[in-house]
Amino acid sequence: MTAHDLWLLSPELSVAGLAVLVIIVDLIIDKKTPLIWLAAVGLLVPLGLTLALWFNTPETEIGVFGTVTADRFALFFHFLLIGTTGAVIIAGATYSKKFVGFQGEFLALVLFSVSGMMLLVASQDVITAYVALELSALPAAALAAFLRTDRSLEAGLKFLLLSALSSAVLLYGLVYLYGATGTTDIAGMLEGINGMTADGDRAFGSSAVMLGVVMVVAGFGFKMAMAPFQMWVPDVYEGAPTPVVAFLSIASKSAAFAIVLRVLYTALGTEGLAADWSILIAILAAITMTAGNLLALSQRNIKRMLGYSTVAHAGYLLVGLAAVAGNSNSDNFIAGPQGVLFYLVAYAVTNLAVFFAIIAITNKTGSDMISGFAGMARRAPLLSVLLALGLLSLLGIPPTAGFLGKIFVFSAAVDSGLAWLAIIGVINSVISAFYYLRVVRTMFLDEPESEERVTADIPVWAATLVASAGLLIFGIAPSSLLEFARYAVFGVIT
Amino acid sequence: MFEGWLSIVVFLPAAAALVIALFLRNDSHIRWFAIGATVLNLVLIVITYVDYDRSLGGVQMVDRYADWIPVEGLRAEYLLGIDGLSAPLVLLTGLLTAVAAFASWRITLRVREYFIWLLVLSTSVLGVFLALDFLLFFIFWEIELIPMFMLISIWGSGRNRYSAMKFVIFTLGGSAFMLIGILALFLSSGVDTFAMVSIPSEGIKGIPDLIAGKDLLIPAGVIWFFLFTAFAVKMPLWPFHSWLPDAHTDAPTAVSIMLAGVLLKMGGYGLLRISVGMFQETKGFQVQDVAWLLATLAVISIIYGAIVTLRQKDLKRLVAFSSVSHMGFVVLGVSSIVGVGGTVTDAGLNGAALQMVTHGTITGLMFLTVGLVYDRAHTRYIPDLGGLALRWPLITVSMVIAGLASLGLPGLSGFVAEITVFLGTYEVWPWLTAIAAFGVVLAAGYVLWMMQRTFFGPRNERFQDIKDANFVDMIPVVALVISIVAIGVFPKIVTEVFKVGISELVRI
Repeated sequence: MTAHDLWLLSPELSVAGLAVLVIIVDLIIDKKTPLIWLAAVGLLVPLGLTLALWFNTPETEIGVFGTVTADRFALFFHFLLIGTTGAVIIAGATYSKKFVGFQGEFLALVLFSVSGMMLLVASQDVITAYVALELSALPAAALAAFLRTDRSLEAGLKFLLLSALSSAVLLYGLVYLYGATGTTDIAGMLEGINGMTADGDRAFGSSAVMLGVVMVVAGFGFKMAMAPFQMWVPDVYEGAPTPVVAFLSIASKSAAFAIVLRVLYTALGTEGLAADWSILIAILAAITMTAGNLLALSQRNIKRMLGYSTVAHAGYLLVGLAAVAGNSNSDNFIAGPQGVLFYLVAYAVTNLAVFFAIIAITNKTGSDMISGFAGMARRAPLLSVLLALGLLSLLGIPPTAGFLGKIFVFSAAVDSGLAWLAIIGVINSVISAFYYLRVVRTMFLDEPESEERVTADIPVWAATLVASAGLLIFGIAPSSLLEFARYAVFGVIT
Repeated sequence: MFEGWLSIVVFLPAAAALVIALFLRNDSHIRWFAIGATVLNLVLIVITYVDYDRSLGGVQMVDRYADWIPVEGLRAEYLLGIDGLSAPLVLLTGLLTAVAAFASWRITLRVREYFIWLLVLSTSVLGVFLALDFLLFFIFWEIELIPMFMLISIWGSGRNRYSAMKFVIFTLGGSAFMLIGILALFLSSGVDTFAMVSIPSEGIKGIPDLIAGKDLLIPAGVIWFFLFTAFAVKMPLWPFHSWLPDAHTDAPTAVSIMLAGVLLKMGGYGLLRISVGMFQETKGFQVQDVAWLLATLAVISIIYGAIVTLRQKDLKRLVAFSSVSHMGFVVLGVSSIVGVGGTVTDAGLNGAALQMVTHGTITGLMFLTVGLVYDRAHTRYIPDLGGLALRWPLITVSMVIAGLASLGLPGLSGFVAEITVFLGTYEVWPWLTAIAAFGVVLAAGYVLWMMQRTFFGPRNERFQDIKDANFVDMIPVVALVISIVAIGVFPKIVTEVFKVGISELVRI
């Protein structure tokens, strides 16, 4: 390990270091509020380091024995993850009164988890990826159980067990890929597959690769909230603390999509293979979004509803993943991944706005039921407008980022000969109107339970406003974010 | 080019909404401010309309920002422009928005929000008519849903929640298919632009020119049906019409005016500009191939709509169903695109375009009058009314004018539009046109019968102490009556402009 390796790893290391620092400071001080500011301000260090890496390293910088990269793709996700974490920590300041005395542990676990995710998106080797995945998942399970109520403990345990199960499946898949290609290096796998001559060459022949692909997709599918591995989502979303749900729904999902993009497009991006996994992903996408939207229809708990909504959005994202140019003679080969990256950012700002508004409101009302939002437009006008804006972005109504995100992935799908999938996608958007608009209607139309004003603390306010501004800005003027995503995509597609 | 003029026209109502949201608190100030903004916008629109150079034709007053979404996969521009097809519809929108603002005078519930949504609605409809980039067009088309959803569900009556959701789901369903159609057009090889028309002065080649005679990404017929579905829902054309009576019946007066007067025209505009304008020279499928289908659906809409209208006992529902019948004439006029023996006269299309404007003003006036009746009588149930003429002469006169215009009395605008449609389609579809003409007879039936039951007959003692319409109520009524008579007597003010637009639309 050289100084150069440390330099490449510096964002991940600094986040982990920050987590350790938080724990140490937590032991020393009595009042815990400064910890939140320590963590939030401390995140500027990894942010700065990521910026420095962005401007100072060549395109394909690989280090730590060829296992970690600092390409634009990884750095793009570093920005997204750090930004999300910072926002969640700030907005969670109010919420953390629910676990007084444990704020330090809470913050440290979030930071450890995010350092794992950052390592995951930067892995250039499947073993590193696996370790990083575990590093991100274990703190997340503890976070889900953090409220120590029955529901919360159930959520944590479910997450832990299913996470372990999916890791095992993933490991199987990685073993098959290793067996078929003889390497754990993601870029090396492509050469291994290209070098495969006849089926008799290795055990299971070329079907081993496909078997590996299926298992890898299934393993990461758990994190992506992809059907049929979505069962944990609503339970965990309902039971876990709301800031943790926001964190899981955005950070964990983005990281999983990032590594799947890298593995599929870099290691398995040969034309013949891409056509195979593209159709697999396309079918999964159709099932995922349909299941998510149909199940969300009958939910009465807003967090549960958003749990199913997150499944539906995983489906839309998979549409972009399935859009491989190899299926058609289109020359625009980056449209799919670029759309996925844009969608992830759009989804991140949207979901942050929605969850923060929910944190602000439910902190006062104390109920996660949709009926508790009745008449909220009168009790908290601006928060209701922001929440409605977020829900409209999830539904995909212009001029929001969610609308453009959907346009990008669907257009990539049509371009790749997957018009049928895009049609299923738009029909699903129509279905989702029922449950998103129902919440909007409840807030603006129903009679409030009481006339008492609902106000929020300044940190939550600020975080909600910033996220909402983001979803409008990316919805009206998307060009700079698209350019950014374009740079990033060239990290995985060559 | 970026003149900025059309951007001001489109976004002025939204800007006014923002001012209301941020600064105004007093209900009466808000009313005056909103009315002022819509009237000011109407003035701007009239200037635009007069300023449009008919002898030059084509797209004028272009606002263009080419780098809005600059990626390879989705090169969208911010592109606004006005031509002969959109100019009269923009004028109609400006007029009816101001009328709707006046008609909202009596709204007392959550006044601030109400006018914000009404103004946002106006911006989105103006955007639909003025956007010449297909993605921008789609964005405005979608934005319109939310104000309507809010306006119907908060300020509506009856089963307003159900109706509002039904409206949204139908429209979203239609536009979902439209989106796929738009993307398929854009992604077809050699297109790579969302421009809906060619604008030589800007060096823009539009989709109609680029897709002529070429293979598309998915068969042209499929794309056409995807796009057509969205417009058919919006028009609404039988069998996609079932959202309309519900939405109308439960919406507040001003929203019904906007819905019938302007929003339905988005469908007709799309049909003309896109379904007809883009698909005359496509390979393997042309709009001429399905002209029979358009004509058939149109005639079913006309006759079915009229028969159902006869049976209505709720005044608003009656006017709503008559819209289905009247919008059928638009589609009937469009179906003449197939021509006879290879020559297309554009009379049918001109009639279709004119019918949109006349239906907008006539139905606007009808809903306005029904609203005036309902404000006073608190019922729209026809058997409970009757004998209103003696009590409320002003309201009665305005309904008589609207009704006579609606049944096609010469000298009023409805006659000109329908006769032009018939002139255009008779040669092409003699039998269907003959059946459709029967719809006019039915219209006379339902209009006269409705007026007899509602306004005439013995003096009704129930409404003894309630006064007739006052000065403010009559301002929008007079404005609409003037427009109806003006077009009826001197249709050239509108047809002259439409002719320019239609002649550029017809390519064969």
